[in-house]
Amino acid sequence: MSPTLTYDVLVLGAGVAGLTAATCLAQRGARVCVLAKGVGSTHLAPGTIDVLGRDPELVREPADALPGFIAARPEHPYALVGVDAIAPALEWFSDCVEQGPQPGYRYTGGLDRNHLLPTALGALRPSALVPETMAGGDADDGTPVCAVGVRVLKDFHASLCAANLELGGLRARAVDVHLDVGRAEANALGLARRFDEPTFRAAFAARLVPLLRNDERVALPAILGLRDPHGAWAELEKRVGRPVFEVPTLPPSVPGIRVYDLLRAALRAAGGRLVIGAQAGSAEREGDRVTAVRAHTSGHETIYRTRWVVLATGGFDSGAIELGSDWQARETILDLPLRGMPVPGEPRFVADYFAHQPMARVGVAVDSSLLAAGTSNVYVAGAALPGAEPWREGSGEGIALASGHRAAQSVLEHEGAVSAA
Amino acid sequence: MSELPTHELLRSSLDHCVKCTICETACPVSNVTPLFPGPKYEGPQAERYRAHGEDAPDSSVDYCSGCGLCTMHCPQGVKIAELNAHARYGLKQRNGVKLRDRLIARPTVLGRLGGPVAPLANATLRARPARIIAERALGLHRDAPLPSFAGRRFSSWAKRHQGPSTGTKIVYFHNCGTEYYEPDVGEKVVGVLEHNGFRVEVPDQDCCGLPLQSNGLFDDARGYVLRLARALAPHARDGTLIVGNATSCTLMLKREAREILGLEDDPDLTLVSRQTYDICELLLELHDRGELKTDFQPVEEVVAYHAPCQQQGHWIGKPALELLALVPGLEVHEMDARCCGIAGTYGLKREKYQIAMDVGADLFGQVHASGAALVACDSETCRWQIEHGTGRRSVHPVELLHRGYRL
Repeated sequence: MSPTLTYDVLVLGAGVAGLTAATCLAQRGARVCVLAKGVGSTHLAPGTIDVLGRDPELVREPADALPGFIAARPEHPYALVGVDAIAPALEWFSDCVEQGPQPGYRYTGGLDRNHLLPTALGALRPSALVPETMAGGDADDGTPVCAVGVRVLKDFHASLCAANLELGGLRARAVDVHLDVGRAEANALGLARRFDEPTFRAAFAARLVPLLRNDERVALPAILGLRDPHGAWAELEKRVGRPVFEVPTLPPSVPGIRVYDLLRAALRAAGGRLVIGAQAGSAEREGDRVTAVRAHTSGHETIYRTRWVVLATGGFDSGAIELGSDWQARETILDLPLRGMPVPGEPRFVADYFAHQPMARVGVAVDSSLLAAGTSNVYVAGAALPGAEPWREGSGEGIALASGHRAAQSVLEHEGAVSAA
Repeated sequence: MSELPTHELLRSSLDHCVKCTICETACPVSNVTPLFPGPKYEGPQAERYRAHGEDAPDSSVDYCSGCGLCTMHCPQGVKIAELNAHARYGLKQRNGVKLRDRLIARPTVLGRLGGPVAPLANATLRARPARIIAERALGLHRDAPLPSFAGRRFSSWAKRHQGPSTGTKIVYFHNCGTEYYEPDVGEKVVGVLEHNGFRVEVPDQDCCGLPLQSNGLFDDARGYVLRLARALAPHARDGTLIVGNATSCTLMLKREAREILGLEDDPDLTLVSRQTYDICELLLELHDRGELKTDFQPVEEVVAYHAPCQQQGHWIGKPALELLALVPGLEVHEMDARCCGIAGTYGLKREKYQIAMDVGADLFGQVHASGAALVACDSETCRWQIEHGTGRRSVHPVELLHRGYRL
């Protein structure tokens, strides 16, 4: 006998798309359970909400660029959800941040204008909705940048960042803060936990201030606290008397973990369940409905019965879609039909890593409500969708949010239709 | 290096590691001490050097507490904690195992020695001079939270207990903690099960071997867990469920013994592990089917709930939260800290006590901030550590259900 639990909606995947869909549904009263075999992409992503950054040239105003972008790509997730679905999803997310567990923390921006934010390498990255702690890095601001390294943090090299910012036309220089943190090296997360302590903020500021010149803004790796980033950022700005902004680092990504923490808190507050570690295995079906998913839990399977499924398991990167040795791609949990596979004889990959990769646009075939082909109760969100190249477009979180939000609306609309019938 | 056949299976998972560092974000130990360099470095990375019989360059893997949060959080399915358990076993094979670790890893031996002379044993364990001697002679930290012997055994109560003669048969796997230290928890588990129509059987049983396993004594652990599997298998064979309240011991039966000790092929253990349930897992499933009695009376209490690492290792979410939400009056705060630090016997050791307390500091702070007078937690060693670290009483979630039922 396997234990059986029953939900209105089973969401597979705990990245931004899955947590968004699940939370939206739980907030509307659905009994929701999120199953994930591990933590999702949040911990690796910079924590910004990139909607459309390149088409292929730099996009300064996503709201203006999106209609043309969508018109040229009728199979893109944005074309499916519609341009009008993006802004409400961003607003929903901003509300989650403001009501979240990190007091005072908020995001700034929107579709009108992309920020141009420095990366750890000193490149400039376009992003629509960004943490307040990063917004001060906008390259449109002509204030010179002082990139601050922390000696124990090997994942951020201030001089490299500053040199490349200079090449990009900003005035920038680099300094290093030497601070004893009780160990030879620390990662961004370890330092962020220290920044949650007010005493550490004061000690850090005391070391930093003598290194700064007048009229500089301060670029720090994204280490300004996990539980209280607003407090850490505001206090540091006050103590150094200059604008301070965070630059996303290599994983583990502190701003990304904040996103996970706040979406998870929103899900829990809305009464949703979260089960991490359980790998979804086979599915049970009745006709075109998926009625249950069997998950590998310790010792035995657990059967999750459900009326609706939201598949938000990601693409090739997460193993949700696999390319077999027979060169056939498959969606690994529900074996849903895919779209976008290069036809036999056509190249599947090209040599330039960052070029258009034909395989990259493979995803689960869906209709405009994000309903998976061949099913009547499985919706798809996030990187499992076909037709996008997020790393070229600068669109990953925008797609995750908009499609997660849309999948939840689709469930609610169809649920309403079912109830009415 | 470990030569167990199961080790090859575990090793095959390390090629899935993409070095994403998600395990590092979950590790409670590397967060507080550089003595443990973290699950990614110690697991998938160092494991490549352990291949072909090469030894790891240092003994830092001994500082892994074995909590398993790395494996649980890994999105690629790498068996990080299990690989590290094998590396620790290999280390102990070469360097030997301390007398202390051999002693504290045998709760039934300690229980049989201390239980009958409980007042004396407890007084000794509370006496400062004795603890200082124990620290010097054995390496058992003088401040580490040791439980008190109850002076009676749960199994004696169970033999006398007159339960209902009808109802669905269920087997209760009480662990050593219930047997020697907290028989009242076992009585409440039986009470809650009987209230819900079960006929509870308590077969003769012994330790599951988990403390031996976590101290690198794999051969001894295998002996214990197989003996337990032989005792429980006849019941499992007729379809009876086995339920336990000690969440780390049920996890041992469900998964860890098979994966870590290389017992995947043992038919008795395989059967037992399939039939074994954590008590809250079972009760939530009953509730989902509409079969759990919900005649709870109000329990006016503010409670902090901490899901132990080993409970999370069942990969079933946090069923205790859903169950406690059924009890009117209870105000439950879910704690967001990773680990209490104790990890079974880890935090008892002189060289690891402070690490365990530093790990637990986040949880202790959250408990205080929550205003809760009581902390619910599914593992007994975690409860003892929480009481030690917070000064608050800590109970198994089932004890609160028992109170709600007014049994």
